[in-house]
Amino acid sequence: MRYREALNQALREEMEADERVFIMGEDIGVFQGAFKVTQGLLEEFGDKRVRDTPISENTIVGVGVGGAMSGLRPVVELMTINFSLLALDQIVNHAAAIHYMFGGQARVPLVIRMPQGAGHQLGPTHSHCLEAIFLHVPGLLVAAPSTPADAKGLLKAAIQDDNPVIFIEHEYLYGQRGEVPENGGPMRFGEAAVRREGSDVTIVGISRMAITAERAAEQLAHEHELEAEVIDPRTLRPLDLDTILDSVKKTNRAVIVEEGWPHGGVGANLAALIQEQAFDYLDAPVARVTGADVPMPYSKPLEQAAFPHEEHVIQACLALFKDL
Amino acid sequence: MARDAAATTQKSAGNGAADGARKQHSLPDKETCKAVLAKMMLIRRFEERAGEMYAKAKIGGFLHLCIGEEATIVGSTQAMRDGDYLLSTYREHGQAIARGTPPNAVMAELFGRVDGCSKGRGGSMHLFDFERRFLGGYGIVGGNLPLATGVALQCDYNGTDDAVVCMFGDGATNQGTFGESMNMAALWKLPVVFMVINNQFGMGTALERHSAVTDLSKKAEGYGVPGSQCDGMDVLDVHAATTEVLRKAREDRQPQLLEAVTYRFRGHSMADPEEYRTKDEVEEWRRRDPIASFSKRLVEEGVFEDKDIEEMDAQAMATVDESVQFADNSPFPDLDSLYDDLYVLGSQVKPQGWWSVDERSPEPHRGEEEREAGRIPHELAEAGAAYAGVGEAQERKRRQRQSQGGGQAETSGPARDQEGGGD
Repeated sequence: MRYREALNQALREEMEADERVFIMGEDIGVFQGAFKVTQGLLEEFGDKRVRDTPISENTIVGVGVGGAMSGLRPVVELMTINFSLLALDQIVNHAAAIHYMFGGQARVPLVIRMPQGAGHQLGPTHSHCLEAIFLHVPGLLVAAPSTPADAKGLLKAAIQDDNPVIFIEHEYLYGQRGEVPENGGPMRFGEAAVRREGSDVTIVGISRMAITAERAAEQLAHEHELEAEVIDPRTLRPLDLDTILDSVKKTNRAVIVEEGWPHGGVGANLAALIQEQAFDYLDAPVARVTGADVPMPYSKPLEQAAFPHEEHVIQACLALFKDL
Repeated sequence: MARDAAATTQKSAGNGAADGARKQHSLPDKETCKAVLAKMMLIRRFEERAGEMYAKAKIGGFLHLCIGEEATIVGSTQAMRDGDYLLSTYREHGQAIARGTPPNAVMAELFGRVDGCSKGRGGSMHLFDFERRFLGGYGIVGGNLPLATGVALQCDYNGTDDAVVCMFGDGATNQGTFGESMNMAALWKLPVVFMVINNQFGMGTALERHSAVTDLSKKAEGYGVPGSQCDGMDVLDVHAATTEVLRKAREDRQPQLLEAVTYRFRGHSMADPEEYRTKDEVEEWRRRDPIASFSKRLVEEGVFEDKDIEEMDAQAMATVDESVQFADNSPFPDLDSLYDDLYVLGSQVKPQGWWSVDERSPEPHRGEEEREAGRIPHELAEAGAAYAGVGEAQERKRRQRQSQGGGQAETSGPARDQEGGGD
């Protein structure tokens, strides 16, 4: 099953299970979704529960927050993560803060889905990876699934949970296939997946980079006789730090791979956590492989040069073994 | 409608008041008159006392008083049903009280105490009372319009008869969320009344200096939301207008924009030197004081005698006195509650405690499942509180004095430093 189909299935199942669940966003109904994740849902559930909205991101999210506060369970789709920047007021000042700032009286069971990622030559306003922005905000849960099974299980969990969830999909991953368990229930946030076991170096891959990391690990094994352990955190808040630390304590080396920008990135945060918690176990500095520190360029060669590929990951891993 | 005539009062308060042609609403029954006047008086006295408590540094942060806007607040909320939702701005003490939140809980929130209506988490700008469907004061200008639209969507989705009133200031009509929310509410035929409390200023910027269109009731027409105006200094006019727009929103599924033309007699916040308006202008509007004018009419028409009015005012003062005492006696939130209610614990966030990374101290910290604030954060918090003249250390001393026979809750504290500017 493809990633987008897994998401579609999760939405369908949760809408069937709970009348309070509805979805809204730009062109998710009649147009069937910019990335076809919501295909067929309008026909099945009608326009009360599959709502096409005007192009008003801040208010779409705000309407979701208001609906969630008063008893509904909205799932909002933003067409790309870049557009979520128009909604940051509602996400940060409202969705994330409301439960806390009103002393626990109101809950915000809202899911905000959005795809990120480069590779389709969509240029500097449609291609970024901004999970670090949301990771920064207390009160939000953040998921970034990389496989169809995780996409389905985590989306179901996100819809069933009572906290606001930023659910980050990836444009490259929509078409990827993978096994999805029949009748699978919701997965748990805060449980990382060990994609590949190894004893020489720990590679943590975020979102699509979990896939890149796994491919790099295969090459490291075949061409460099290094066995990398690949970890996909799957959710960034809560973060399964234990699984990462256990691995680092075993391999004594860590490489974090993300597609987003380096400064204040997911990797910067994770590197700090690893050195704080496992300093004595490290045989080399924690390494990061990130997207280039530029707005995403349009031209294909430039775009390809601006986000990490297997070769970058391999080089970063090999560098940790120099001078030993 | 009277509202159309009131529309002409935009800037020159005196003219509106003197306008004999403006239709006067007949008085409701005596009980209603009493309830309305008592609420307005309570809000006025509460705000005055809050201002005093701010000067004594009992209240921190920013404090925005609604003095002058009482008729707008009480007239509109009296027209709402219990099941209706209200969302307001950061100038919302009056709204919470008008919807029934006990003044004790409001004052305690201003004091940052655990018995505050937001448990001391929100402060003056973020009051909340879920039970009474007062869904919040909001600190972001224009931030509550999308939320109100969402609550109205919920009313519609669940097929209830409830409606939503969303209040915001004239400044908020310039935010993007204003247009976005109007469009979406009209598109989806939601039962919501957007009520712009036009108090003539967006902070210190006068209406004609911040909005190209100064008849704010017209500002949503292009989005398909009809507008109307009422005299925000006349509680009966506000009530009549709100009743009508709520009916249209609820029964006709037609969202409404209602502009209440009013004025705040005090500064934007307590840190406002008011250099943007003249004393004469304020004085002109004060002549239309909504409480004084309604009281005067009630006496003139023989509903009450002067002594009845005085009694009601004394009752309001007593209620406010009690709220100060209550707030003063309420403890500050426990430091170990810092992470409470950050997340709803349960399916995805571990129920045994918060899991965030704790960076509050140089002590070794793991964060996961810890709850105690730790020694250093405790010491830092107490040192900071002692410096500010509030907090646990002082609290302990006060209680100690009380237990030694002092009795009275003390309200004296260090006077607040004069602050300029600010929000």
